[in-house]
Parts: sequence; structure tokens; C-alpha cells
Amino acid sequence: MVKAFISNLSGSERYFLYDVESGSLHSVDSATFLVAKKRYESLSDNENQLYEKLNSDLIAEIESEIVEMENEGLLNSEAIIYEIPYTGEIKAMCLHICHDCNLRCPYCFAHAGTYNTAKDYMTFEVGKSAIDMLIKMSGVRKNLEVDFFGGEPLMNMAVVKQIVEYGFGEVEKAGKHIGFTMTTNGVLLNEKNRKWLNENMDNVVISVDGRQEVHDALRVSANGKGSQAIALKNAQEFRKIRGDKRYYIRGTFTAKNLDFCTDALYLNDAGFDQISIEPVVLEESDALAIKTSDLEQVFAEYDKLSKEYVERRKGDKWFNYFHFMLDLKHGPCITKRLRGCGAGSEYVAVTPVGDIYPCHQFVSDKDYYMGNVLTGEFNSEIQKKFFSNNIYSKEDCKDCIAKYYCSGGCKANSLHFAGDMNKSYKLSCEMMRKRFLCSLEIYAEEENNNV
Amino acid sequence: MKHIQTISKCSIRKDGKIGCGECQSSVGNQTCASR
Repeated sequence: MVKAFISNLSGSERYFLYDVESGSLHSVDSATFLVAKKRYESLSDNENQLYEKLNSDLIAEIESEIVEMENEGLLNSEAIIYEIPYTGEIKAMCLHICHDCNLRCPYCFAHAGTYNTAKDYMTFEVGKSAIDMLIKMSGVRKNLEVDFFGGEPLMNMAVVKQIVEYGFGEVEKAGKHIGFTMTTNGVLLNEKNRKWLNENMDNVVISVDGRQEVHDALRVSANGKGSQAIALKNAQEFRKIRGDKRYYIRGTFTAKNLDFCTDALYLNDAGFDQISIEPVVLEESDALAIKTSDLEQVFAEYDKLSKEYVERRKGDKWFNYFHFMLDLKHGPCITKRLRGCGAGSEYVAVTPVGDIYPCHQFVSDKDYYMGNVLTGEFNSEIQKKFFSNNIYSKEDCKDCIAKYYCSGGCKANSLHFAGDMNKSYKLSCEMMRKRFLCSLEIYAEEENNNV
Repeated sequence: MKHIQTISKCSIRKDGKIGCGECQSSVGNQTCASR
């Protein structure tokens, strides 16, 4: 499978061919673009008129080059089916340190952090049992990960600190490595918390949606007051001490700010260089939801952001945009690309009372209850079900150009919006493919500019 | 090649050490832990 596409990022048209199965990216001239597109896809009426004007000797010369590339496995390469061995190992846990939150964001999938359950707070006993289970179930895996999630994890900081201290000690005894991360709304990110998180967290994700009017329209406290001023200020103070260690400013865009490029650039202008602004995931009937009819505007916004992104990365405003980052040189192997996030198979979520679910998006769905860290119960049948969900099991992925960079998408979204983990959430797929093409254009442009 | 210039060759790695599972949880931009 080969995708022919045109980029206007540099101000003039550039032509590319992307070979899906090998991951090879080629820059071509306009005539080769037409010949290749006719060979692998189909030409529009306008493109067909241009093709008809090509000299037959030129077409033969181009086709000869294309065949040579095919023989080298760089164009139209064959798909190979890989066996992925099931081991049952767990290497990552999401600890819901509390099911409570100091904000009431209407788009939150966790419903004010409660997941429609009681406002429970995790105890050290539960956290300790989770760490013990993670180490025990990690098998030969050396690198382990624990993410503090919620709700708002800073509302239960005393237990976070106990778990981290215990975790570091236990993995050292086991000869393994552990990385802790936290996702916070930033409201309680005071100086004391900033210092501790900077010293102990591998990655800290702080939620800021962008411009004050955008953020404060949705990210509000229980009494309806916007949280942007305090969240942004705390995030900026954290950025000052973070240096080169990992952090992300993560925002959500909704139907109310389809001009989200402005919010991404606002965050960059506010001093951040690790940014993600992501589409809200809601039923299309929700007033905040991104709808199919919005896609044209969303795509135009991604194009606008791509151009600004390339320009800013040439100078002092350099930044990373989570969904535009693409590694065509040192990316993961084929099995990782087939497996994707590993939710339910090598990664699980643990609630404040110790219940285990495939990931944070499945919490409180009793059909996906997997066990409990206090009792040691663990349902490996559900684990096997998630393990067998990959690119091969999803019919819609087979002919998708982004399949090795998306890995089949979010299992929870597939279940909630398509009714089946082996089906696709079409709206998300459309945006993923668009971002993938933008990323390829950016990659090619920066290779050309040697950024 | 006169008409085709390769920017990136075979980024979907299918040989060498694969499937060790030591890479970070996520796919498009992550780095292979074994390399």
C-alpha cells in the first residue's frame, strides 16, 4: 500500500510517496507523483488530464524507477503477519489515587473525578499492594511505570509520597527500574508540591486548555469559578524549575474552540515547549462534541498549526506538539506497533479501593472488572481478550495508512463509540489520519531544512 | 534515482531485537528501549 500526497508547508507544492508496510518516505517530482498515484490509487479528473500530457518515454523511465524501488522493498512492500507471544506480564499501572476532584469540567470522562463511584481516596495499604502486584506480575520486564491519576491526585499527596518511597525501595530490591508520572489540573501545584514532583516524577502532565476564555468556560471549580489563572501560573512556575526533564501541558479542544491552533500557540507564547491540545471525546449529541461536520474546520486548523509549527521550530519558539511528533528513524519494533498501548494486557488501572480494570477509561464498568490488588485476584481471561485486540483483529485498520503509528486506536473509544473493541471510532480515525499526514509533511520539511 | 529521493527508509523495524516490551507505555514517536 502506497499513499501519494502533496505538501504546501514550504509555500510551494512538494510531492511525496509513503510506503505503509515498510514505513519508507520518498520525495518525488510532480510527474512521478502522477504516475505513482495512478499505479497505486486513482487520479482525479484534473490529475488525469495532467497525466495524459506526460511524455510516454518519461512515464516509462519513472515506472522503471518505481519497479526498482519495489524490488528493494521500499514501495508497495508486502504485509507480513507477525506472531505476538502472550506472556501475561504487567509492566505499567495507573493508580487512581483518589476519586475526587476540585474541578467540575463538563467534558471529563471521569465525571468530576468520581467515575460515578463514591469519592474514595486510596490508602497506602492499597498502593503498597499495587506495587507488590506490579513487581510480581512484571516477569522478566525490567522497566516498570506507575502513573498517579484521578480525580485530582494532588488531593491525596501524603499517600502519593508513601507509595513513591515504597516503590523505589521495592524495585531496587527486585533489580528493576520504575518511573513515576502524574497527571494534575495544576490548582494545588504549590511550591512544595512543585519541588517534590520535580524531584520524583519522570513526567508531569498539567491540564491547561489554552486561552483564559476557553479554559475558564469549562474548567471550573464547584462554585463555577474558572481555574486558568492559578493553573497557568503554577504550570509556569513548574516549567521554570523543570529544566530538561519531561513535562506536558495538555489541553482539550471542543466544538467551542475549533480554532485550537490559537490555544496551542498561546501556550507556547506562555513559555511552554511541550504541548498537546487534543480533541474532546464525547457523544456527538453533546454540545461540546466534535462532529463529523466539524472535520473540515478541524483539518484546516491542523494545516494552519503545521505551518506555524515548522516556522517556530526554526527559532526561539521551538516546541513539541504531541500529535505531530513522529520518529521515522528510531521508532519501536513491529510488535509494539501491532500491540499499541497495551491497555488490559500489559497496563492496568487500579481504583482507590484496589479494584483492577483494563485502563482508566474502563474504570467502574463492571463487565471489565479484572480483580483486586488486596485479594490478589486477577482475571487473565480478560487480559487475553485485550491482548488479542490489535491491528490484525480490526478489519478497518488493514487498509489504513496510519495503522503502524496509531496501532488501532483507543480500545475504550472503540467500545464506547463503535460498540466493539474490534471496530473503529471513525471520527477519531479521520483525525488520526490527518495528523499522521501533517506529521509526515513536517518531518519531510524539517529533514529538508535540517532542523 | 532521477525521480525518487528517499527521505526515510524502512522505519517499521521487523528484524533484530523485537518484542522485548521494555519500551515506554504509549506509538508514532516513541523510542525503542533496546536501541
